[in-house]
Amino acid sequence: MNGYFADVGALARKDLLLELRARDTLPAMLLFVLATFVVFHFALPSGSSDLAASGLLWVAIVFTALLGLGRAFVPEREQRVFDALVLAPNDRSAIWVAKALATLAFLAGVEVVALPVFAAFFHGIGAATVGGVVLADVGICAVGTFVGAMATASRARELLLPLLFLPLAIPIVIGGVGASIVDSPGRYLGFLAVYDLIFATLCWASFDYVVAE
Amino acid sequence: MAVAIALIFFVAPEDADQGISQKIFYFHVPIALTAYACFGWGAWKALRHLWEREPGADLESYTAIHQGVIFGALTLVTGSIWARASWGVWWTWSSNQLVLFLVLFLFYCAYFMLRYSVEPGPQRENLSAVYALFGVVLIPVSFFAIRLANDFIHPTVFTSRGPQMSGTMFTAFCVALAAMLALAFTFYSVELVGKRVDARLRELRAAERPATAARRVPEAVAR
Amino acid sequence: MIRARELGKRYGEKRVLWGIDLDLPRGGVLVVTGPNGSGKTTLLRLCAGLAVPTEGELEVAVDRGRLGFLAHEPLVYRELTALENLDLYGRLYRVPERRERIGMLLERFGLWDARHERVAAYSRGMTQRLALCRALLHEPELLVLDEPFTALDAEGATLLDAQLRELAGERTLLVSTHDPARIDPLATLRLELAA
Repeated sequence: MNGYFADVGALARKDLLLELRARDTLPAMLLFVLATFVVFHFALPSGSSDLAASGLLWVAIVFTALLGLGRAFVPEREQRVFDALVLAPNDRSAIWVAKALATLAFLAGVEVVALPVFAAFFHGIGAATVGGVVLADVGICAVGTFVGAMATASRARELLLPLLFLPLAIPIVIGGVGASIVDSPGRYLGFLAVYDLIFATLCWASFDYVVAE
Repeated sequence: MAVAIALIFFVAPEDADQGISQKIFYFHVPIALTAYACFGWGAWKALRHLWEREPGADLESYTAIHQGVIFGALTLVTGSIWARASWGVWWTWSSNQLVLFLVLFLFYCAYFMLRYSVEPGPQRENLSAVYALFGVVLIPVSFFAIRLANDFIHPTVFTSRGPQMSGTMFTAFCVALAAMLALAFTFYSVELVGKRVDARLRELRAAERPATAARRVPEAVAR
Repeated sequence: MIRARELGKRYGEKRVLWGIDLDLPRGGVLVVTGPNGSGKTTLLRLCAGLAVPTEGELEVAVDRGRLGFLAHEPLVYRELTALENLDLYGRLYRVPERRERIGMLLERFGLWDARHERVAAYSRGMTQRLALCRALLHEPELLVLDEPFTALDAEGATLLDAQLRELAGERTLLVSTHDPARIDPLATLRLELAA
């Protein structure tokens, strides 16, 4: 078990190092989410309710995540490094766990900036929303990196990722929007947690089949 | 099979006096249930493929999902007609069933995109199977999510099921369901036979070349 | 070490390999030659476990962790340095005394001075040398090399020659090449694939 965490650590460290070196994903995500907010400002006519803005926050999160997820496996794809990772004697699910954690770190990093900006631009954000965002991030990154690996194996790649991902993300959006707008968000947060648990387990158990013949 | 189809058209009109919107219920709901059955069977075969490496399970899973998508599309169409007849609109977000099928329809269309975007081979079989499994998990998760969403999307929930079914209506419903399942099964079998023949032909064509080539054995190097 | 009977591989309709019978004992050196598209790479990928056979049988009696594979692509991250790449693989393969082993290999293949440079800045020959270090890092029992001399300059080829001579007899080697003259003196088995 210790060995498993060491593998995950080594792989995730590599992803952070790559991002530190190339610095392309994180700034792109950040700029994207800010630009999205500006677009939303003009897409929401004055007099639109705060509820509409809350809904749009979730649109911004999902699409920003999608931007990061699309980049997640580019280093592996470019040099077919996937082959080397698959050959290594480790449990292959560690590849997925590490990539999901790295993507989660990027997404969380973006949100640390984006949520206060959202609060300044539109309206304040409650604890339930933050809780919802955290739980949703876990689900988004778990499922997103998984289907990202699938898309990497296909010809259509960038085109395919949103198609594979969005139907799976609809429950996350429902849970997230619910958590941020109703008075008693417990049920929605619970739903997000259950979603994370179910899909993370499924991804963890089946990742081997995605990368190996 | 023919008898079953004939029965739909015999039994369903019996309740025609309930109005046109009631009549489509005998198509809509059995079609929806059949689509679930197809998705479920597709996921089961996907599991067999991954777990047992059952030969041919990939093709069976794919065929079942193909049928599921056809019946899913029919669900959307009949649901839309029903919505038109009952509420005068072509689409309603208030029917959980319809929204769920829209999500599933998108999901399984992505399944086909994925499948056609990967070279045939073991990797394609694995990816298809894994995605099919995700689908069968997504069904209940989405179902609950959409019900949760009703709380804030539609404060007033109105039921889309009509009144309780009477005995004859229930019989008619069951016959319709059985007929739909039989219909799906027939389509499934026919498509599967066609696909198997196709695959076999391709295999034979591919095998032609080496039939003429001898076995290849390395030569030892004298030391 | 490797035993194959009527081994074949098909991708969809295309049959890329067929009818391979093979017995490579421990310590043997199999040299595979043949033109492009004759299935050399496919045979090597099958033996490395990166692909599964569609026909026949194949047994490779070695743990995944004791197999070294050199592919067409260098299988290293372009944006990491040589040291960072080897460190990652050293951790994944749980190489004992990782740092010493990495230092020794980099020294041996003339990359020590460039160890802190990103692979993207390497020449093709240097990248290939790094790929060799990666394949040899965990002292594999079975070494599968796909066209190892491609992209290597004269000096690199000489280094590789010396390394292979050292390994031959001790480890099992499976090498594909366009240029059999280079490795022929080591071969115990030779397999020529026709297109």
